[in-house]
Amino acid sequence: MTTPKTISEKILSTKSGADARAGDIVVCSVDLVIGTDASGPMSIDYFERMGGNAVFDPSRIVFSLDHYSPPSTPKTAAFHARVRAFTQRYGIELFDVGEGISHQVVPERGRALPGSLIVGADSHTVTCGALNLFATGVGSSDLAAAMITGRIWLRVPETIKVTLNGRRAAGLSAKDIALAMVAELGAEGANYRTLEFHGPGVAELTLDDRFVLSNLAVESGAKAAIFPADDAIESYLAERSASFGTAVRSDAGATFDREITIAIDALTPRVAIPHSPNDVVALEQVIGTPVDMIFLGTCTGGRVVDFHDALAVLEANGGRVADGVQLVVTPASREVYLRLIDDGTLAKLARMGAIVTTPGCGACCGTSGAIPGDNKTVLSTANRNFKARMGNATARIYLASPAACAAAAATGRITDPRSVVV
Amino acid sequence: MSFVLQGRARVVGDDINTDYIIASTRKRDTLDEQVLKQYLLETVDPAFAASVRPGDFLVGGMNFGCGSAMEIAATVILAAGIKAVVARSFSRTFFRNAVNNGLLPIECDSSAIAEGDRLTITMGDEGITVDNRSRGVTLAAHALPPMMAGILAAGGLVEYVRRGAWR
Repeated sequence: MTTPKTISEKILSTKSGADARAGDIVVCSVDLVIGTDASGPMSIDYFERMGGNAVFDPSRIVFSLDHYSPPSTPKTAAFHARVRAFTQRYGIELFDVGEGISHQVVPERGRALPGSLIVGADSHTVTCGALNLFATGVGSSDLAAAMITGRIWLRVPETIKVTLNGRRAAGLSAKDIALAMVAELGAEGANYRTLEFHGPGVAELTLDDRFVLSNLAVESGAKAAIFPADDAIESYLAERSASFGTAVRSDAGATFDREITIAIDALTPRVAIPHSPNDVVALEQVIGTPVDMIFLGTCTGGRVVDFHDALAVLEANGGRVADGVQLVVTPASREVYLRLIDDGTLAKLARMGAIVTTPGCGACCGTSGAIPGDNKTVLSTANRNFKARMGNATARIYLASPAACAAAAATGRITDPRSVVV
Repeated sequence: MSFVLQGRARVVGDDINTDYIIASTRKRDTLDEQVLKQYLLETVDPAFAASVRPGDFLVGGMNFGCGSAMEIAATVILAAGIKAVVARSFSRTFFRNAVNNGLLPIECDSSAIAEGDRLTITMGDEGITVDNRSRGVTLAAHALPPMMAGILAAGGLVEYVRRGAWR
């Protein structure tokens, strides 16, 4: 009888052909390699310096032009030209400007399948772990090596078991759960480790909810953040992929480095305060804080449900954006964008005064879209609030759920979304 | 591989994220590290970059290089003439990026190192040590995993792949 394994040990065993155990270093075959316009130009430099003149398999590589979407300077337009030329030369699929953020588009296109190994040159690549797979962020040089060889070396991570219990109360979002999780784990509590989600609370979360938890896991350093395979994944993939991949579950008796439990039913809305996503407080502690800018978007909070949540709160709160508040709306992908057009959400938000911008990373990291003014306070659905993250070191960035962001947009102050009857 | 490096400690705090090392808004304008190095750690201390001398070591606390996986954070440090970062712990993506470019990530208890301390970093058969000459203290650093030692010995991932890597 073999020793029980975690999901990470199983996937990395399959991909390396070795009996991979936590702490081992293994060389794995990758199923998908993801580059972006932010990491891509350096990756292409490394690729050329490595002597690259072919990619291992063009059908297993994608690039996304999401960080400078659209380019606002000649330099960023040149980054795009370089990535386009590279993808054309090697027959690599490109998600061009406006298609959206790689972490959203890859799952939408059915490119992230259970049991697979995905590496992306972006830390939020972990988002795809919601689909029961091992997805991890790497730098540009590792990406280049993976494009050439189809392989990557990985240290098999220890696993933290995260047990989710209970059902979400009204007005509580996956973002609140995720913020509570990264606060409990701390800024490096999951460094070098996989988060594996367990417990009855998992079934209560939609796939969009799970993306939020997997996404934010990297704010505690997680190497991967993996949900179990279940019906939710099956129905998500049914319309997107001919294949389901291979579901992977951890064995009974698998070794966990640490276990934490999150009682979802006992949670209240959370806010990360400047300047760390791990510096999380109960929303009531910062109620009344005046806000100047609200940002709805990103790979954390830019999905259809997020804008529906926000719209419902705004409509229940007078149906307008407060005077002096800038509301920036950035769908995570074109698919999200079109659905929000078709169902009227964007028209309603625009009538309320929202600025709707091109699908992509938007204002999250100051690379495209609106940059906050000096000393302004921002409430955002994003994942990082480091000082200067949005392009202005004097801005103060708070992170919260779409509903909490919308409540603040309506009132001009941080407001408990549960106080708004939806 | 073995080497001895000497330099001055430039101390920063815990959780220095890659956006602090070099802001995303700066790399939007150029990827030339020789230009970007003048903005090294500007969010932490706008005067820092101008005070760096080639041969200095960066000394961080916990979780150095967290946040974005952007590799330019490692290459900008190298461009500033810094050959090693000493920290209590590193984010995994920064650690990989450092090794892949020949920047030494030295993991040890950095709490006893103060700004301006004179350090000697030695890597040899007996492992890696950080000798704080200003305090008369020698710190043992964690050994690199063999794969990483191999990449470092090759001079970085570019040369490692050129030599055939794991193909």
